[in-house]
Amino acid sequence: MTAEGESHADHKARIARQFIQAIPFSRALEMELLEIGQGVAVIRMPFSDALVGDPQTGVIHGGAVSALMDTCGGAAVMSHPEALAGTATIDLRIDYMRPARPGQPITARAECYHMTRSVAFVRASAWDDDEDRPVAAANGAFTVERAGKTKT
Amino acid sequence: MNRKPPEPVELIKQRRDRTLQALVGGVPFIRFLGIDFDRRGDELTAVLNFDEKLIGNPFLPAIHGGVTAAFLETAAIIELSFAMLWADVESGAIDAEALTPATLPRLPKTIDFTVDYLRSGLPRDAYARARVNRSGRRYASVQVYAWQDNRDRLFAQATGHFLMPARDG
Repeated sequence: MTAEGESHADHKARIARQFIQAIPFSRALEMELLEIGQGVAVIRMPFSDALVGDPQTGVIHGGAVSALMDTCGGAAVMSHPEALAGTATIDLRIDYMRPARPGQPITARAECYHMTRSVAFVRASAWDDDEDRPVAAANGAFTVERAGKTKT
Repeated sequence: MNRKPPEPVELIKQRRDRTLQALVGGVPFIRFLGIDFDRRGDELTAVLNFDEKLIGNPFLPAIHGGVTAAFLETAAIIELSFAMLWADVESGAIDAEALTPATLPRLPKTIDFTVDYLRSGLPRDAYARARVNRSGRRYASVQVYAWQDNRDRLFAQATGHFLMPARDG
């Protein structure tokens, strides 16, 4: 519901912030929802020393990128017009194409490209400051809980 | 017959624990997630100590799917790295006493990782064991499974492929 005197854009931004704030682990990784709607989500995660997986090079841990991809995939499914009642990951495959550059934020974009009665199919990619060379790609299946329908 | 006396058990344990500590202790993200490793001989069990910040769904509540993925990937890569170092540490080719995160040899890198989510992760500790099913000169394939209260009720499993570091010579 739109608060009084709030523009549509402000409203969307508030919902986006609340989405991340409601998820403790996404908050712990300081994720920021940049874009959401129609089955697409874009989330950015700032670099942090706590996320480093290789102390010799300072490269971020693959697991942190996985967490970003999983959150982004779930957000994409929930933003799909046909599913607004929550989702859970069934499986997620991540391909690590290159190490992310130390110190740079990672941005992920996930798209729910197909939806059946009970399964949402998602693909995603992630990049650092070099948007043309992804650091990782992901493919996943998510459960679908449709809005306004009760379970039998 | 002229046999070498057996090595004192303390020395053996110290060498193996030291190697494991060099692999795990220097990684900030492993500390951030609160993962420990329990060692029995060459068998490792990864332990994810529950913390509120690991929650992904506060309504159920359930552990974040990304935490589960990161936990399984960590279990897989430490298992593979420990197995890779084992022979050299046992033979003395690598001096475990001198091993620190900064002096470790190059470690395997993840090529891809696939996680199956079997049940939601409950807000309590989780355990994982990995198995190296193939470890070649360049590529390795590792399976991991994770459980919470009952070992027979897995909450996640995963398979990953890893690129092995180039060997000298």
